[in-house]
Amino acid sequence: MNAPPQKLIAMRGIKLRLAGKTILNGVDFSLYEDEVLVILGLSGGGKSTLLSILMGLLKPDAGSIFLRETDEDLTQVSESRLNFIRMHIGMVYQNAALISSMTVRDNIALPLRELTTKSEKEIDAIIEQKLELVGLEDAEQKLPSELSGGMQKRVGLARALVMEPLLVLFDEPTAGLDPIHSEAIDSLIIKLRDRQKVASIVVTHEMESAFAVATRMVFLHEGKIILEGTPEEFRQSDIPIVRQFLSSYEKHEGVCYANP
Amino acid sequence: MIAKFGGYVIHLLEEISSLTWMLGRTGSELMERVSLRREPFRLADFFYQANRVGVGSVPMVTLLSVFVGLTMALLVGYQLQRFGLVTLVPSVVSISFSREMGPLFTGIVLASRIGAAYTAELGAMTAGGEVDAIEGMGIGALRYLISPRILAIFLLTPCLSFISTVAGILGGAFISSLMLEISYDFYFNQVMHDLLVKDMLTGIGKSLLFGAIIGIIACYKGLSVRGGAVGVGIATTSSVVTSVSTVIACDSLCNIFIVTFFP
Repeated sequence: MNAPPQKLIAMRGIKLRLAGKTILNGVDFSLYEDEVLVILGLSGGGKSTLLSILMGLLKPDAGSIFLRETDEDLTQVSESRLNFIRMHIGMVYQNAALISSMTVRDNIALPLRELTTKSEKEIDAIIEQKLELVGLEDAEQKLPSELSGGMQKRVGLARALVMEPLLVLFDEPTAGLDPIHSEAIDSLIIKLRDRQKVASIVVTHEMESAFAVATRMVFLHEGKIILEGTPEEFRQSDIPIVRQFLSSYEKHEGVCYANP
Repeated sequence: MIAKFGGYVIHLLEEISSLTWMLGRTGSELMERVSLRREPFRLADFFYQANRVGVGSVPMVTLLSVFVGLTMALLVGYQLQRFGLVTLVPSVVSISFSREMGPLFTGIVLASRIGAAYTAELGAMTAGGEVDAIEGMGIGALRYLISPRILAIFLLTPCLSFISTVAGILGGAFISSLMLEISYDFYFNQVMHDLLVKDMLTGIGKSLLFGAIIGIIACYKGLSVRGGAVGVGIATTSSVVTSVSTVIACDSLCNIFIVTFFP
């Protein structure tokens, strides 16, 4: 019999106000190992802010975040400890956020060179493996400006994976991509979960992508999580804002099918 | 009026506080790195920045200093000729350049050439989310990005200031020989006789200070960018204006201090 999945992240009572506006008003959720948690919500609802808080780039006004590996409250640890904890978390940014002056290879090698004592030979082998994983073996010597948006995001994913993180955060991974590239990114997220046993949190507006990758979903509205459940439970939800959100998607789907 | 003035003061204090925080945090990231027995920053990055600040600025600093030295010798010479004191030109030019003009012109050139570049590139990285990405990887963005830059400009400013002083003296020698009937031999003998170690040390001390000021302001302005491309433009202008004004103000304060305590 399989052991029940363990909690990887526990976020409790996260509150944040920015410029006099309440962004998060007591957010609670947990992430279990080997799962893909999708965070849905309206634009400007604080989804990306939540990821920034998880990365320690923003400090919440109240609440706590526990990561299983360290068993420390991430909101209370020192900056040097936070830097250590960040090595367990990879992030793929909405705009990829690759270092524009560095080649793809140097971008991916950056965390390895700065945070480990690996030799250049070992680093080369890791880069090769990660680029193969994201299907960009030929892009090693290219600059980010020479890549398409989808390729940049895949390089961002390769960079996020080089430190073998426990958890990868995706901020709008498929936004602005064509359906083929969106599907490629979705497949990578699923591949990560199934083959590498890496848990992910995905913030997205793309419902097709959300339903394709999610094992569990949460809906963030007015600073709180108003629904948490499986994709099927989401489809059957009768919460008005969730229904409205999903029906807009279904309507959009209908238009797409009607006008191929 | 008072409220507006108060607003400026509060803004200034906020900026000083943020800048101090940036320096403190950079220091703690460097110490943490050293305590882990790792190099505080990549030497290749430092040498790249040093080459850019130092070698890259030599032509502009030299050219500017030669012309200023030449003009200074000419104007001072014509005035002193009226009193029969034209032989003082080598001393005036060499002492002015080693104590004042060398460090000051180097500071102004570096603020506009390197300070602007630092602010623009760090600003673009901040606006593009690259700085957050580096921070998010646990690398320590301040240590990684600003320490090689500030150290390079801090150490290279005195070298450039020395080059500026030599270039200014050579420019003065050329025009003195051409228009003031002062031979090269006499000119350089006078320079060697009148220029004191104290003058050179004063110039080096000021240059180190100016280098640190330019580096810190430029990096701070770059990392404080808000609002994309327009924000980068505003920060770059602000960086140059603030650096040049601060360098000139500090130069005056240094002169008052030196004249008062080390006459």
